[in-house]
Amino acid sequence: MRIGVITFPGSLDDVDAARAVRLAGGEPVALWHGDHDLKDVDAVVLPGGFSYGDYLRAGAIAARAPLMQDVVTQARQGLPVLGICNGFQVLCEAGLLPGALTRNSHLHFRNRDQVLRVERADTTWTQDYETGQHIVIPVKNGEGRYVAADADLDRLEGDGRVVFRYVGGNPNGSSRDIAGVTSGDGRIVGLMPHPEHAVEDLTGPSTDGLGFFTSVLKAAVNA
Amino acid sequence: MSRVVVDVVLKPEISDPQGQAVLGALGRLGHDSIRSVRQGKHFVLEVDGTPDEAELKQIAETLLANPVIEDVELQLTTD
Repeated sequence: MRIGVITFPGSLDDVDAARAVRLAGGEPVALWHGDHDLKDVDAVVLPGGFSYGDYLRAGAIAARAPLMQDVVTQARQGLPVLGICNGFQVLCEAGLLPGALTRNSHLHFRNRDQVLRVERADTTWTQDYETGQHIVIPVKNGEGRYVAADADLDRLEGDGRVVFRYVGGNPNGSSRDIAGVTSGDGRIVGLMPHPEHAVEDLTGPSTDGLGFFTSVLKAAVNA
Repeated sequence: MSRVVVDVVLKPEISDPQGQAVLGALGRLGHDSIRSVRQGKHFVLEVDGTPDEAELKQIAETLLANPVIEDVELQLTTD
């Protein structure tokens, strides 16, 4: 299975994401933001970092990059997409996921190992987890506070589109401890913490992040 | 040449920690009469020829501001 990883100017975690894909048993395919070529991949990962320096707002300029136009079109037709940290910000800015990510409520950059509760284990990217399961993966962001109007949050919760919640402390002041959300069809998932940094014992706090990448491989096989 | 000013601020229902940090600082400096502070962004665009208001509105509402969380105000002055 071919999993594309897009590199924007300022992406930092594209190599880690590609490595996670490989460790899970997939074939990582490098994609370039300025192209109009998704190279027939079966899924796409938008990695963490500071695309275009986050100069306007985090993820705002990347969301308008040439390749993102193709991602938006194909994602609306069912292409699985995972946005991690800056990638999550890009997905929200592109309108593929609801809400927005803003400056952390304490205004500090926060990095630590974070416990998450899996709220939805039936999305394309989480089917190797169980609902209610706790996983530990790193979080590192300065603009990770998930916000939306209260009515929109109520609708999101009602539709079961909250995929992850922070447990044991909310690192950025996100509304209702929301760490990640999904599209209505469960194929697009975005979250602030970094599963690609928790795929090997040597370099991460756990290997809990690997499940994202094995999940999408299984989804691709079953598609 | 026309000048277009675009002001972007968080919607009232979205909390603004940066504004609150400034408010806290003002209180510590003795400015007790300041009730609230909202921080935003101010863009100044210089436009050649006759400005296309619809185009500018689209730029302001889709790129300069995030309509999910921000309100945008546009002022156009032609020399």
